[in-house]
Amino acid sequence: MVQLKLTINGFGREVLVQAHETLLFTLRERLALTGTKPGCEQGACGSCTVLLDGRPVLACLTASVRCGGKDIVTIEGVEQNGELHPVQRQLVAKGAIQCGYCTPGIVMTALAFLRENRRPGENDIRAALAGNVCRCTGYAKIVEAVRAAAEEMAR
Amino acid sequence: MTAAVGNPTPLRDAAAKVTGRALYAGDYSFPALLHVKFLRSPHAHAEIRGLDIAAARQAPGVRAIAVGRDLPVTFGILPIRPDETAMAVDKVRYIGEIVAAVAAETAEAAAAAARLIRVEYRPLRAFLEPAAALAPCPPEERIHAASRHPSNLHKEARLRFGDPEAALAGSPLRVAAHFRFAGVTHAFTEPHATVAVWNADDTLTVISATQVPHYLHRTLAKVLGLPLHRIQVKKPALGGGFGGKSDPFPHELITAYLALRTHRPVKCVFTREEVFLNNRGRHPTEMDLALGCDRDGKLTGLFADIVIDGGAYSSFGVVTTYYNGVLMQGPYRIEPFGFRARRVYTNKPPCGAMRGHGAVNPRYAVEVALDMLAQEAGLDPCELRERNVLPADTLTVGQLRITSNGVRECLRAVRARSGWDARHGKLPYGRGLGVACGFFISGSALPILWNRYPQTVVHVKLDFDGRVVVFSGAADIGQGSDTILALVAAEILGLPLERVQVESADTRLTPVDLGSYSSRVTFMAGNACRSAAEKLRQAIAAAVAAEKGVAAAAIVFRDGQLVTADGQRLASWDEAVEIALAGRGAFVESGHYTSPKMGGDFKGAGAGLSPAYSFGAVVSEVAVDPVTGRVRVVKVWGAHDCGRALNPLAVEGQMQGSIHMGLGQALSEELVYQEGRIVNASFADYHIPTAVDTPEMDVTIVESRDREGPFGAKEAGEGPIHPVLPAIGNAIFDAVGVRLFELPMTPARVLAKLREQERRRG
Repeated sequence: MVQLKLTINGFGREVLVQAHETLLFTLRERLALTGTKPGCEQGACGSCTVLLDGRPVLACLTASVRCGGKDIVTIEGVEQNGELHPVQRQLVAKGAIQCGYCTPGIVMTALAFLRENRRPGENDIRAALAGNVCRCTGYAKIVEAVRAAAEEMAR
Repeated sequence: MTAAVGNPTPLRDAAAKVTGRALYAGDYSFPALLHVKFLRSPHAHAEIRGLDIAAARQAPGVRAIAVGRDLPVTFGILPIRPDETAMAVDKVRYIGEIVAAVAAETAEAAAAAARLIRVEYRPLRAFLEPAAALAPCPPEERIHAASRHPSNLHKEARLRFGDPEAALAGSPLRVAAHFRFAGVTHAFTEPHATVAVWNADDTLTVISATQVPHYLHRTLAKVLGLPLHRIQVKKPALGGGFGGKSDPFPHELITAYLALRTHRPVKCVFTREEVFLNNRGRHPTEMDLALGCDRDGKLTGLFADIVIDGGAYSSFGVVTTYYNGVLMQGPYRIEPFGFRARRVYTNKPPCGAMRGHGAVNPRYAVEVALDMLAQEAGLDPCELRERNVLPADTLTVGQLRITSNGVRECLRAVRARSGWDARHGKLPYGRGLGVACGFFISGSALPILWNRYPQTVVHVKLDFDGRVVVFSGAADIGQGSDTILALVAAEILGLPLERVQVESADTRLTPVDLGSYSSRVTFMAGNACRSAAEKLRQAIAAAVAAEKGVAAAAIVFRDGQLVTADGQRLASWDEAVEIALAGRGAFVESGHYTSPKMGGDFKGAGAGLSPAYSFGAVVSEVAVDPVTGRVRVVKVWGAHDCGRALNPLAVEGQMQGSIHMGLGQALSEELVYQEGRIVNASFADYHIPTAVDTPEMDVTIVESRDREGPFGAKEAGEGPIHPVLPAIGNAIFDAVGVRLFELPMTPARVLAKLREQERRRG
């Protein structure tokens, strides 16, 4: 076992992990942060996306031992002071959530994307979300919500 | 005035889902939890000659091992042919079938121990294609020896009305084609998961990702030999179903069995590969279809001969077989009409119900044939369809009872919005428009199990706290059925939505609903909820009327108030609750729904019967690259008659999701088998359209207000998919002049057609 210091959603934690363990396993099984979803465990669906030092990564392909000292944000850390982030609020308001299983991954991907793209066009948004599989919505309302969040954040 | 119904309403659990708080089956954990892993068959068809679990039993952390003989009771979603067992007994019938299961302290330990189980197999002749499986063979070679057919035929359904062959032979215009459809699968994002807990009071709780808690409840009782009253099935948040979670599954039974045996909580979570192996997706299908019309475009007859590849077990197959035929008898008047549909067992993962159940592939064939007829008749494809659509309030040739019918409005909507008249047949080479229509059941009128119970029951509770709690067994699988039930109750009681809470899909707390399949929930549970809420309203009105000295019938419930017809305030909701509960306490009112009796009196008359049908139309625009054969769908216009949109936001979402799923089957999705093994059992290799591949969508809701639907509502979850695929196929023809009779329409297939066209033109 390897001892690691991770900052998760702003709080420093020490965990013991196995050398081959994925960040997805550490988050869900050791830290009970089950908002991060396993969909394929081979990097093909985006459901387990989290932010590692601000950049979106697939937790199922990320070795926990590579995350020592790093700053991790999961879906549980996105709300601030009990308020939904504009991305979250717009996903709800636009009806972009059906089964919701892909939603945490979509939120994390969109957060990172909007941080670097203040006024994205529709094609940019679609390209940013291309690694997140959603089987319910046909993406239409998700794209609409991300665009509305961008506008809200620009105000 | 409060109007709950008809308002675009975000789903009730959306905030829980967007914050990661919603708990899905795989998110549940309990102290002393054990984990299950399975040993699966590497053979498509083989006898099990020996099974040695000694080494696995000694492996670290192992607490129990289950094998086929531990759970030999057969089951299946349809009672007519229960041919599944929890694990293979004596022989395996497909690659990936579960042979044994290990419960251990960690998932890793369980997987390691499963690898130590030794199985001795004697390979049997594997039937991998329907043609081979349909040939007569001795019982000992068959996939199911007990079959009453001399081959691996599972089910043959035939219906005929009039003499379609003769009518087609004499028809002025007639087209015939052979169609092939690859198997596709649901590909919901949440892998199957089940947690089972053996409780201290000798009851079993099973938390599972299921669309059918009721059938799982019954199947657990049957297979485990436990009385029904000691089993609780709970459906937590569920990450998509589309029909793929609507059978009771082996892994659910095994997980429960291991909890019963170890008296410890046990959890099973599938890998994505296991989801593909479990399948139950749309059947690979081959179909000969002939359709005719006269010079005015009036249809003269249809005959179809259909073979569907069922895989190793029955599942919903009898229904699928019938649906392939009977759901061609609309939305047009087609007479005479006939079909033969055969489902064949093969040594592949079982097929089952998938969105648009049984009707998606035949719809493609019919709508492409209509397009070919339009071309021969020199008619516009929209015009040909308009000349043949069924009216409202009619019977189809096979006596399906059509009530409300907005197909004409749907067709006109997509025709106008896509600029069809100015653009169809007039776009430059490589660009094209295609049209198609469709229809679907709003719940099967006949239940799966023949018993004297209603098809759904809803309880509505009111206590001193002033909240209304709706109890329903209906399974919200992401389509938003909890929200629909809340909207219905809020509408009846004139309450803001937040006053209504919903407890659903817990077989200990909630009355029976048969499940989320056949697009039945809004119609059936919605009607039951409406009835229960109306009884509660009457009870409150009676009490307030007596207290205030007004007529009960004159009391109006709105905006959280009780007022007289002329708007005079009688009581606030909370005051009314206190008046109504005085001296008696809480109310629990009950409503139920059972489909009316209908249909013909011939064998097979029940197939496809529904208390109401949805209708729809789609126009799609494609760009075909003649060099690569790649088809890009540029835009899709969809219109759907859902009777009335109780939640327009959800109806739009269902339509958009259906367009996405139809697009996938049309262009890129296909389960690829080699020697019975799915070789693309991953999201990397099974190509679901991404956000980039999914085009702009323009959706129009048509409201025909069905007289029997709750507030006029019909289904919206499955019907919108049917026209999508043929609208793309027909658009390809408009773009480059070739007909695709094989799905998916991959670049290779399109290119082959273009080459053939070149050769023919010389």
